[in-house]
Amino acid sequence: MSEIAIRTDKLGRDFKTVTAVDDLTLEVPAGAVFGFLGPNGAGKTTTIRLLLGLLEPTRGRAEVLGRDVGTNAGEVRALSGALLEHSGLYERLSAEDNLEYYGRIWRLPAADRKARIRRLLEHFGLWDRRLELTGAWSRGMKQKLAVARALLHRPRLVFLDEPTAGLDPVAAASLRDDLSSLAAREGATVFLTTHNLDEAERLCSRVAIIRSGRLLADGPVEDLKRGLAAPAVDVRGRGFSPLLLERVGALPGVARVETADGRLSVFWEAAPDTPRLLRALVDGGAEVEEVAVRKPTFEAAFLKLIKDETKEEASCSAI
Amino acid sequence: MFRDMRTIVWKELKEILGQRGLFKGGKAGLFILLACFGIIIPLQSGPQWVSSPLVMIYWAWVPFLLVSGIVTDSFAGERERHTLETLLASRLSDRAILAGKIGAAVLYGWGLTLGCVLIGAVAMTAVHGKGRILFYAWPVALGILVWTFLVALIASGLGVVVSLRAATVRQAAQTFSVAFLILFVPLFLLPMLPASLKAKLMGLLARADFTAAALVVTGLLLAAGVVFLLIADVRFRRNRLILD
Repeated sequence: MSEIAIRTDKLGRDFKTVTAVDDLTLEVPAGAVFGFLGPNGAGKTTTIRLLLGLLEPTRGRAEVLGRDVGTNAGEVRALSGALLEHSGLYERLSAEDNLEYYGRIWRLPAADRKARIRRLLEHFGLWDRRLELTGAWSRGMKQKLAVARALLHRPRLVFLDEPTAGLDPVAAASLRDDLSSLAAREGATVFLTTHNLDEAERLCSRVAIIRSGRLLADGPVEDLKRGLAAPAVDVRGRGFSPLLLERVGALPGVARVETADGRLSVFWEAAPDTPRLLRALVDGGAEVEEVAVRKPTFEAAFLKLIKDETKEEASCSAI
Repeated sequence: MFRDMRTIVWKELKEILGQRGLFKGGKAGLFILLACFGIIIPLQSGPQWVSSPLVMIYWAWVPFLLVSGIVTDSFAGERERHTLETLLASRLSDRAILAGKIGAAVLYGWGLTLGCVLIGAVAMTAVHGKGRILFYAWPVALGILVWTFLVALIASGLGVVVSLRAATVRQAAQTFSVAFLILFVPLFLLPMLPASLKAKLMGLLARADFTAAALVVTGLLLAAGVVFLLIADVRFRRNRLILD
């Protein structure tokens, strides 16, 4: 098996004058839960469609599970499972018939098909309701069934396009737990798109962030957090004079200093040197009441990345 | 491919026929159709129903009517209910999906029509048989078998072609109705022909040999069926279906 499950090389797709995916170069390691993140309209769904060969690229190429999507899209689809933008369930069929249909499509032998359907429905807590028409089900139940359908044939690669979108927090958390345990148990590569950063941080070993079809960053979540979001120390107290702020700003490793509502926030380029900061503050005549170290969050890293990109775009258009 | 086609046919027929409740699944409508086409109309015609070759023309209409009620749902319905993209993301080939959709519509229309044909014969035997079994003369039975199949194929092919690019089932149904009318424009134009030409045509029909005429019609139906299948095959493109 190839070490890389997905490899794209300057993959691009235009729709008339709009560029949905712009020279996307990406590698997804086999066996990883890979988060593909971006705001609405960033090009996440179009990328999945390109990787499944449902859309032809305008330029560039993609290789999935060692197959060129341009020439072997059928094989790529045969080895993959997908939960796309919509659950894609037949609402006039029962839950069991929905899985039976896709089990037949994937040519699972009858005995294996029945056992697999039962196992997945039991795992998702849907076995007792398997004979009900899915049209009357809640969105959470439908999403669970759609995930079961995507995993039914034990695919080597699963595309999940915003699987928890529109779910209430309880249903979303439950589905996340299911995804996490199933991905580990089934040993498949999971390509997950979401704009829920918390979800990405919990589930994904690696992430890529795109905006307006362009790749902004990719790598392990911890690396992105370290690289993009500065750790900060918040100090509550009195006597933060402009001169003192200047001295604090000049300390080694300090990226910037902000004050608001009697609170001083010191942002660091790397790990904060809190003792040195406190010494400088006390020596400078400040009264310190409370100190808190703020760890970098993935959300902060993501927002910084998007903000920087927006600024860059604005300066480019100004030129 | 046949196995994949069978899978799609299984699901399509399950969706059409398998719904619960008499009216929900159109089962009541189905009973009315069977009673109307299979019992009422044949009985009104009398015993010659099973002997006249004209009955082939009657039965040829039935699959068209039956198929038209379901075929526009084939792709437009999947698109409208957001199930199409998941189906296209599966391992099924373009041809298997297309053949499955057309096959399901043909089986539904042809199968029900043949059911009506048999019910008609049973009704005839029960009312006019006088102890004998009344059944269609074998050339007529063969003609019914072939014509109903070909008409079901034409209606299914045309319906799928229309449904492939329609955004909604309603739009597909409207386009199908218009296409259906266009197909029969030549018949509407017949009364406008000059009287001498009409007389010549009628004379030709009266002198025509039944077998030869039936073969010509069969050939035309077959050609039309093949044309619609080819058009459907050309128009079925995965990435176009997603964009539509």
